[in-house]
Amino acid sequence: MTDKTDLIDAVKGKFADQILDQHNFRGDQTVTVKKDALIPLCLFLRDDPALAFDFLMDLTAVDYYKKNPVRYEVVYHFYSTKYNTRFRVKIPVSEDDCILETVCELWKTANWFEREIWDMYGIRFKGHPNLKRILMYEGFKGHPLRKDYPINKRQPLIGPLN
Amino acid sequence: MTVTEQGLLERDKDTMTLNMGPQHPSTHGVFRVVLEMDGEIVLSAVPDIGYLHTGIEKSSENKRYVHVIPMTDRLDYLNPPGNNLAFCLTTEKLLQVEIPGRAQYIRVIMCELTRIASHLLWLGTHALDIGAMTVFLYAWREREMILDLNEMISGVRMMTSFIRIGGVAKDATPEWIQGTRKFIDYFPEKIDEYESLLTKNPIWMDRTQGVGVFSREQAIDWSFSGPCLRASGVDFDFRKKRPYSGYENFRFEVPVGKNGDIYDRYRCRIQEMRESREILKQALDNLPDDGYKIADNKISLPPRKTLKTSMEALIHHFKLVSEGIKVPAGETYVPTEGPRGEVGFYIVSDGSNIPYRVKLRAPSFMAIPGMCHMMNGHFIADVVGIIGSVDIVMGEVDR
Repeated sequence: MTDKTDLIDAVKGKFADQILDQHNFRGDQTVTVKKDALIPLCLFLRDDPALAFDFLMDLTAVDYYKKNPVRYEVVYHFYSTKYNTRFRVKIPVSEDDCILETVCELWKTANWFEREIWDMYGIRFKGHPNLKRILMYEGFKGHPLRKDYPINKRQPLIGPLN
Repeated sequence: MTVTEQGLLERDKDTMTLNMGPQHPSTHGVFRVVLEMDGEIVLSAVPDIGYLHTGIEKSSENKRYVHVIPMTDRLDYLNPPGNNLAFCLTTEKLLQVEIPGRAQYIRVIMCELTRIASHLLWLGTHALDIGAMTVFLYAWREREMILDLNEMISGVRMMTSFIRIGGVAKDATPEWIQGTRKFIDYFPEKIDEYESLLTKNPIWMDRTQGVGVFSREQAIDWSFSGPCLRASGVDFDFRKKRPYSGYENFRFEVPVGKNGDIYDRYRCRIQEMRESREILKQALDNLPDDGYKIADNKISLPPRKTLKTSMEALIHHFKLVSEGIKVPAGETYVPTEGPRGEVGFYIVSDGSNIPYRVKLRAPSFMAIPGMCHMMNGHFIADVVGIIGSVDIVMGEVDR
């Protein structure tokens, strides 16, 4: 547990006007950036030799329904095998403009993560090669991890799909 | 076939689509993969998952922290203590509590025993898939002993739910410690026995060497972790890189492969079992004696016998059972090293007794796209070997 902010400072040096928020709660260095900064920031994190975040460890979303003015937040977890450091990037995504650039080109593994987010939250990814449902079946209505999807709602799948 | 303008025969779209699974013994669970074949060669493999989806993440967002623990057992059902540990560590990080050494060591012992059990199950089924029946029976024999040890300490053979927020459920009994000691004395020669059946076996080497090769760069690009990544030559183990739960106190090696093929993954896992045994030995020898859970009664239940004499204990008991633990608002993530790779929970708390968001980083989920990419250009017979070598568990893939 350290109070280091070196990674946040490195990002701030380049993307100062794009950063909306930052914290290192419990030692996890985190920045919240504007949507447009996603791809440049990801390229910077991956290709800058002083950062070298070669791993996209996790990619998920959180639904702040009626809690935050901007409903969704897409959360990227990066890891660097070279420096053994972790970094979290959060992008707010509004309900009316539920679309984000894909990072499939940068990390192949993002493909399934982004499909899962589309499946569970209904956030689209521009440029994704195969944005289909992954855990739910084709024809499922709604996005189950949204906070306004009732937990006891049932959608039985009757009969095989073609 | 059609005749082209040049008068040559050309095979157009002369491929066959073969459906493998979801009910296939070699897919290790309900996993379906659609193979496009040119004769015996796989041209493309398209995975299809979701058959085991139970909405555990959604359920977790509607349950108290303590109630999530039994569900984590069902995620990666071959590594229940590891999942409990990942969840508890993340919650404890939010709560900012220190766990007593004895609790940490009991956690480590349970996790390492389960890692061996998980690798034994993998070894048995993987060898069976490739055609070595004997190993399966031997591996099951030893796995059974570990399940008996689990039953001895927790009363359950597999879904132990033994690791709790603030410690473990019960103290380790002398019988269990004795039983574990007996097991680790007995186990090394059994590993030699498995190795004598496989490591230099020409058929095994033929089927596994140079098959399903993933380079270092590919493995990182596809977010492999655990033994699959180490087999590709990346020295990556969170027990060493970012020790948790007292792993910094143990001396052990991290086996790293070279070629990234099925054989190297096999060697890595075999070696890992030996290292787990080393950790177990050290943990048992140095087991501290400072309590199996924290004393803070706002997080762990007060001792049963104090309920009748202490008003405060009664209030704490009532509040914990009726309300649960209140976790400070914030978000965090703790990586742990499971038998399949990095297991971690990303938890967002809003300050209440129910987690706002629980996301599992499941190593098997990440391994599947890479695994299917690995199949391209291989014979259909190797598909089974590749699936086996990556060691997926569908419980954590579909969640």
